[in-house]
Amino acid sequence: MAISEPETTPTADAMVRLRGINLIYGDNHVLRDLDLTVAPGEKVVIIGPSGSGKTTILRVIMTLARPNSGTVEIDGRHLYHEERSGALVKAGEKHIRDVRTDISMVFQHFNLFPHMTAIENTMLAPIKVLGLSKGEARSRGADLLETVGLGAKLDQYPAELSGGQKQRVAIARSLAMRPKVMLFDEVTSALDPELVGEVLAVLKEIALSGTMTMMLVTHEMGFAREAADRVLMFDHGAILEDGSPEQILRNPEHERTKAFLRAVLAH
Amino acid sequence: MLVFAQASNGWSWDMEYALEILPAIASGLLQTVVATLVGITIGMVLGLVLALLRRSRLKLIRWPTSFIIEFVRGTPLLVQLFFIFYVLPNFGLTLSPFVTLVVGLGIHYGTYTSESYRAGIDNVERGQWEASTALNLSSTTTWARVILPQAIPTVIPALGNYLVAMFKDAPIGVAVAAGGILLAATSEASRSFQPVEPFTVMGLLFLAVSLPAALFVRYLERRYGYQRA
Amino acid sequence: MLNANQFQSFLDGAWLTVQVFLLAALLGTILSMIFGIMGLSENRFWRALARVYVEVARGASAIVLIFFAAFAIPIILGIPPRIFAAAITALGVNMGGYGAEVVRTGIQSVPRGQTEASIALNLTVTDRLRHIVLPQAVVVMIPPYGSLSIEVMKGTALVSLVGLADLTNRAQNLRIQRPVIEAAGGTAPSSVVIFGTALVMYFLMSQVIALFYRWLERRVGGRWYKERG
Repeated sequence: MAISEPETTPTADAMVRLRGINLIYGDNHVLRDLDLTVAPGEKVVIIGPSGSGKTTILRVIMTLARPNSGTVEIDGRHLYHEERSGALVKAGEKHIRDVRTDISMVFQHFNLFPHMTAIENTMLAPIKVLGLSKGEARSRGADLLETVGLGAKLDQYPAELSGGQKQRVAIARSLAMRPKVMLFDEVTSALDPELVGEVLAVLKEIALSGTMTMMLVTHEMGFAREAADRVLMFDHGAILEDGSPEQILRNPEHERTKAFLRAVLAH
Repeated sequence: MLVFAQASNGWSWDMEYALEILPAIASGLLQTVVATLVGITIGMVLGLVLALLRRSRLKLIRWPTSFIIEFVRGTPLLVQLFFIFYVLPNFGLTLSPFVTLVVGLGIHYGTYTSESYRAGIDNVERGQWEASTALNLSSTTTWARVILPQAIPTVIPALGNYLVAMFKDAPIGVAVAAGGILLAATSEASRSFQPVEPFTVMGLLFLAVSLPAALFVRYLERRYGYQRA
Repeated sequence: MLNANQFQSFLDGAWLTVQVFLLAALLGTILSMIFGIMGLSENRFWRALARVYVEVARGASAIVLIFFAAFAIPIILGIPPRIFAAAITALGVNMGGYGAEVVRTGIQSVPRGQTEASIALNLTVTDRLRHIVLPQAVVVMIPPYGSLSIEVMKGTALVSLVGLADLTNRAQNLRIQRPVIEAAGGTAPSSVVIFGTALVMYFLMSQVIALFYRWLERRVGGRWYKERG
């Protein structure tokens, strides 16, 4: 069943387009002149060593980190810029918020709202941002929690849930916003090994059953092989390799990719 | 009651007067500092005693101690000073204003420091106690050589905080006519009917001590790590 | 023992104590919120201003501020002295210095991830503060704010030194009256009774405040706060 239908169908040929993105943090050139295009409905897995900048790409798209230069387009619309009388100027907060509605993100450490129950976590943003009524938000949230296997836990607080359950609530919370792009930042890295499977199952379901554009930073190579359309190997702020899962995971070209895969797959 | 004349409009700062009284106020400040140092010494010792009493296995000792601590912490220092100054003479113990002040400060803050000691002692790992038993150390040795040496350093930032807090309370000695910065200022003000300069000089001198002291305590907190009581 | 009139006088004094406390706490809370949030500003100037207020309001002790506000400020401003307002202002400003730190650290204690999740869900800044950050910050702030409130209540005893007829002042007056009462042929209550009664009344007040804050914490925190790791 399709649990991840976005609100409207995409209009442009690229759902996410990064052009010339540079991000410098102190002495660190975290992202170097980055160009990246993600097609609608594509499932992209990003791998690479820590410090390579892979998480930063997601954060730039989610507006949690501002690039020093470059542009980001979501479904044909500029995120950080607006068009005024034909020219491209820096966007105001209102415009950014407007475009940001199409993006959502799931975090490594869940970031659930501890003072709200699972269902309330999923309801807040649809009510406040999308203007749903309480009843509509509740039924949407209940359906999503049911789909991720937590139908019995609607009224539990995050403190009463396991790590895997918390992450599934976080996923349901993001899905409730019906975004066009979903970003996943190492969403299984903070989980005990036996809980990783239940979250990967949900991710696979989203990937295989719908038209959701997904970008995932992860070490889970099994998932990449089974559900990804494309794998990007990141290193030192730039894309080192870009290809299908078979190409990258079986036949990497670069030495650094080979070394990285050897280290990760050794676990 | 202290009565000050109301100045007419057109008041201006009398620098000459301010400088004239500066030595007197500064000398009062010194008395306040001395009272604080004596008071904190009493408080640190009393605090440790209370903390140890509170860990007694005898309910007969534990409960009254806990109650006394709660009662002293829940009532104003000023009233406690009055109690010491006016009530104790009825039982044959007449204390001078200065001694009243330092004893009052010592008891009041002793209850606060006892909480800090308690936290410090509780924070020493169980393993230390178990090792001491396994080595057959006597209770005294365990306390003196194993537990307290580990508990007390963590208490230092809290004690520093209480030292500064006590300094801020110490001018209260004026209520029982104990020498201090506030007594100096009020005496001067009622003598000259010019309250602004004495109280301003008092305030400035006071800040000149309390602000650096607070910074120093924050340094201690960073150095020794912060343990909240 | 105190006779009915005397006890009534004490109750009147206690009522004044309560009024001073509540008004000072109101002012203190407002200042705490203003300067607490100011201390979190992205703008360096506001942050510095908040820092200055916190350091000075805390560094000058309550008693110094009360005397300065009651006797020096009216002259500086050329207005008639209003002791009641001055005392409340001094206590409120002093409380604000400590409270601002409680507010600031409380808000800072909310993990950054909560803000990031709010951005990821596209909540407005107002919604984020109202529904996510403040509810979590407030629960953390309650215990230290409770202790602070009790300190302020105890601090109200200081207003007796500048002439307000609070509970401490009534006790002092009664003690001074003792010779007069005896001379007129009556039996005056002993100092133990006078100050003992006052202490007990203050103690009851501090316990009521403590109970209130414990109730408040349970009410605001609820299930999610107690169970979290």
